[in-house]
Amino acid sequence: MSYYFAIIGTQDNPLFEYDFGTSKQGGDGMARFTEQARQLNQFIIHSSLDIVEEVQWTNGQMYLKLIDRFFTSYISCFLTASNIKFLLLHQPPTTTSSSSSAGLPPSSSSSALTSSSTSTLVQPSHSSSSSVLPSLSTLTGGSNASTTTLGGATRTSTSIAANPTSPQTEEAIRNFFAEVYENYVKAIMSPFYKTNMEIRSPVFRARVAAAGRKYL
Amino acid sequence: MSNAGGSGGGSGRAGESRLRYPSNGKTIYHRPLNRTKTAELSKAAFAYLFAEMVSYAQRRVTGIQELEKRLNLQGHPIGLKLLDLLLFREPPRSQLRPLNIIALLHFIKINVWTHLFGRQADRLEKSSNPETPDEFMIIDNEPLVNAYISVPKEMSQLNCAAFAAGIIEGVCDGAGFPARVTAHTVGDTSGSNGSGGTGGAADGEMWPGRTVFLVKFQPEVLEREALIGAKS
Repeated sequence: MSYYFAIIGTQDNPLFEYDFGTSKQGGDGMARFTEQARQLNQFIIHSSLDIVEEVQWTNGQMYLKLIDRFFTSYISCFLTASNIKFLLLHQPPTTTSSSSSAGLPPSSSSSALTSSSTSTLVQPSHSSSSSVLPSLSTLTGGSNASTTTLGGATRTSTSIAANPTSPQTEEAIRNFFAEVYENYVKAIMSPFYKTNMEIRSPVFRARVAAAGRKYL
Repeated sequence: MSNAGGSGGGSGRAGESRLRYPSNGKTIYHRPLNRTKTAELSKAAFAYLFAEMVSYAQRRVTGIQELEKRLNLQGHPIGLKLLDLLLFREPPRSQLRPLNIIALLHFIKINVWTHLFGRQADRLEKSSNPETPDEFMIIDNEPLVNAYISVPKEMSQLNCAAFAAGIIEGVCDGAGFPARVTAHTVGDTSGSNGSGGTGGAADGEMWPGRTVFLVKFQPEVLEREALIGAKS
């Protein structure tokens, strides 16, 4: 499982970004994004900001759970009271271990496209997913089941990595966000920090990395 | 400061080695965010500091309006940060972002006021004037910030609680409810802004320093409020 984590400010400006891989089940903690997927991730995160805006006034919780999906990328969101968005993109590994060495999930086919066609591609899928959010969960539930049947033999215990929609994953991400939130509040307590400033502190980065190792 | 900023802008890695840590190795990230209930600050120290803040602002302005604006600006960033800090300190069950005006004002009246001044604000009122549905009032009978401030006769318009108004404005802005907040003394003039219906004169005698924080939300806030109310 590869993760891309970003903190987005109130003006939809990025404050912090970090990508990492799973450390559970012997993962090495390295992200398995291709160079193109790395750039695509930023687009995906950015497009899901629209959905954050839709959801944020219907629910007072800070943790908004899974809000968006783009092919195999799932986006979870945590929203602080001062409208700072924590977005975590998680991409489960390919369903069988043999294909993971061969190449990338469906996103590789989309990354093979030119960047211009990619940006047009982002639009329709995200608008459709926003309009039919309830049906999305059933859809993911279906693919989820196929994941477990396919990879069930090899990974039975990798609940977090293989099931992006499972309650365990949701809880793990909640814990991750809670820890990042604590450190974010500490960061803004600095009298020299103003809202929407980029967070550059290496200590903060180390803390986020530690939270990622601990929970994801 | 300027040195560190210059090197940090070039490349993140180079900046790291130049960063200076405190001698005991403890950064802001090593300190706990929760405070014990008894950890209060000295009122005298605050009064001294606040008096200096007022005179600092006063030396740089020409009029009372401008002075209040400056005090307001000094409070604004505090409000932005308090919002996140105080919600963080809430127990997880009630860690809810304020979604409507009433929830937000309650949060200010109870949480923010208790944190800052050790007690709740005295009253919360909505403007009774139908032409200004966007105006709300937070009323404090004895603002702590004004405890040791004596305003000269010729500046009777001034209310240094503009600083506290700035904090409120910061909280509102941060939560996504952009507003203008101003502080008004109503101790001597009973209900001058046509709002205070409930016997301003009698209370005014009892509380000469009574201050009304007038919160005027931007039109888009009310528009959204109506939309959310219609949905639920």
